[in-house]
Amino acid sequence: MSQRIGRPAGFKFNNIEKRFGTLYALRRVSLEIAPGECVAVTGRNGSGKTTLLRIASQLTRPTRGDLNFSGLSDGDVPSIGYVSHAVMLYDELTAEENLLMFARLMGIPKPEKRAVTLLEATDLASRAKSLVRTFSRGMKQRLAIARALLQEPGLLLLDEPGTGLDTESMAWLVNTVRGLRDEGRTIVMSVHGESALSQLATRAMRLDAGVVFADTRSGATFQAVFAGTEA
Amino acid sequence: MPLLSNTAVLLRKELQSEYRSHELLTTASVFILIVIVLFSFTFDPTSAESRQFGPGLLWLAFLFSASLMLQPCFLKERTNDTLSALRLAVSDPFAIFLAKLCANTIFLLVTELLLLFVFAVFYNVAVLSVFPKLALVFFLGSLGIATTGTALSAISSQARMREVLLPLLLMPLLVPVLIPSTEATKALLEAEPTLRWDWLGILIAFDVVFLTALWLFGEYLLEE
Repeated sequence: MSQRIGRPAGFKFNNIEKRFGTLYALRRVSLEIAPGECVAVTGRNGSGKTTLLRIASQLTRPTRGDLNFSGLSDGDVPSIGYVSHAVMLYDELTAEENLLMFARLMGIPKPEKRAVTLLEATDLASRAKSLVRTFSRGMKQRLAIARALLQEPGLLLLDEPGTGLDTESMAWLVNTVRGLRDEGRTIVMSVHGESALSQLATRAMRLDAGVVFADTRSGATFQAVFAGTEA
Repeated sequence: MPLLSNTAVLLRKELQSEYRSHELLTTASVFILIVIVLFSFTFDPTSAESRQFGPGLLWLAFLFSASLMLQPCFLKERTNDTLSALRLAVSDPFAIFLAKLCANTIFLLVTELLLLFVFAVFYNVAVLSVFPKLALVFFLGSLGIATTGTALSAISSQARMREVLLPLLLMPLLVPVLIPSTEATKALLEAEPTLRWDWLGILIAFDVVFLTALWLFGEYLLEE
């Protein structure tokens, strides 16, 4: 059986196309993201950001084209942390039970310790025993980010991770993403317009109608890439 | 083994959720209870008539309550897109099916065995002497219903007419489970009870075939 590896992994889209019926979400997208890059993907609603992230996470199979991972040995699969629009948490379980369950499924050693560490890091330790259904959107989002960080992923895919977060939680998220970026983990996040989060990116990419419209590593041109994509 | 440990973790989650909500067991129990009581008052059958028609009525009630129970099985995973989180977390996607299948079989079996005694009282049929054998028939029948239903629930949860699709697909596919289950139950409720291994053989074969198919192709059913 292939092993999940937490070391930074990159990926390569080779002519990837995704159709939902007659609607094209991605049109022959070819791009390469190197291990350790921090990429901000922007674009208007429906431009294909979520589809790109879901294909990279292997949750969605492309209609055409190939996805390959880099930075891993043969047969290994990357350890992927994914935060989507939906919180991907069980409302009828407590915050602690959610994290413990996913930690056990991922085979994390000492799952209790890891869950406590993340609950403290997300400032949710005092609500560890509360059902997730009683949480606000911001608290759910922080817990969703904690779930994505459980296995210390080598590839972190964040789909609009700032959704529902207040200023304090946003500052925590920015610090966390900065820490992960500085550790050399690969991060791909979809954002709307320029923000404290997008400023962490080492590369900016803009999608338009399923096509990569702009792709730059030059910080000076980031503003132009993000222009007109604000939420 | 990751498959078994993942299944155990997910089964615990399913049981925990049901313990907190009582959603599935209550719905299924109330449905079966209504059918049993209503038919008893409408037809007022004698003991001999009950032994003849009762098994068919029981399994029909079990089938409809199962379709109610199986509907939310994968549908509830769509609410917060938890299925995606599970797919990313487990090393073998079959664990997701296995846990749901075990949970559904347990829920069905608990409901069936509890309501068997209500049936015995209302229809004046002795069940205590053959209870272990009836439990075996109910287990094999429930496993067949749960295996097929869990797979179809995964398919229908992604379809547009999902509420209608599951019963439409489930009922014709379950004919090979319902006939042997009804016949085996009927043979056990007769004046001289017998365990019909020929019917049980068909049930076992059905369970093995569908479990193997689910193990081989289940992964594709979870994809978007």
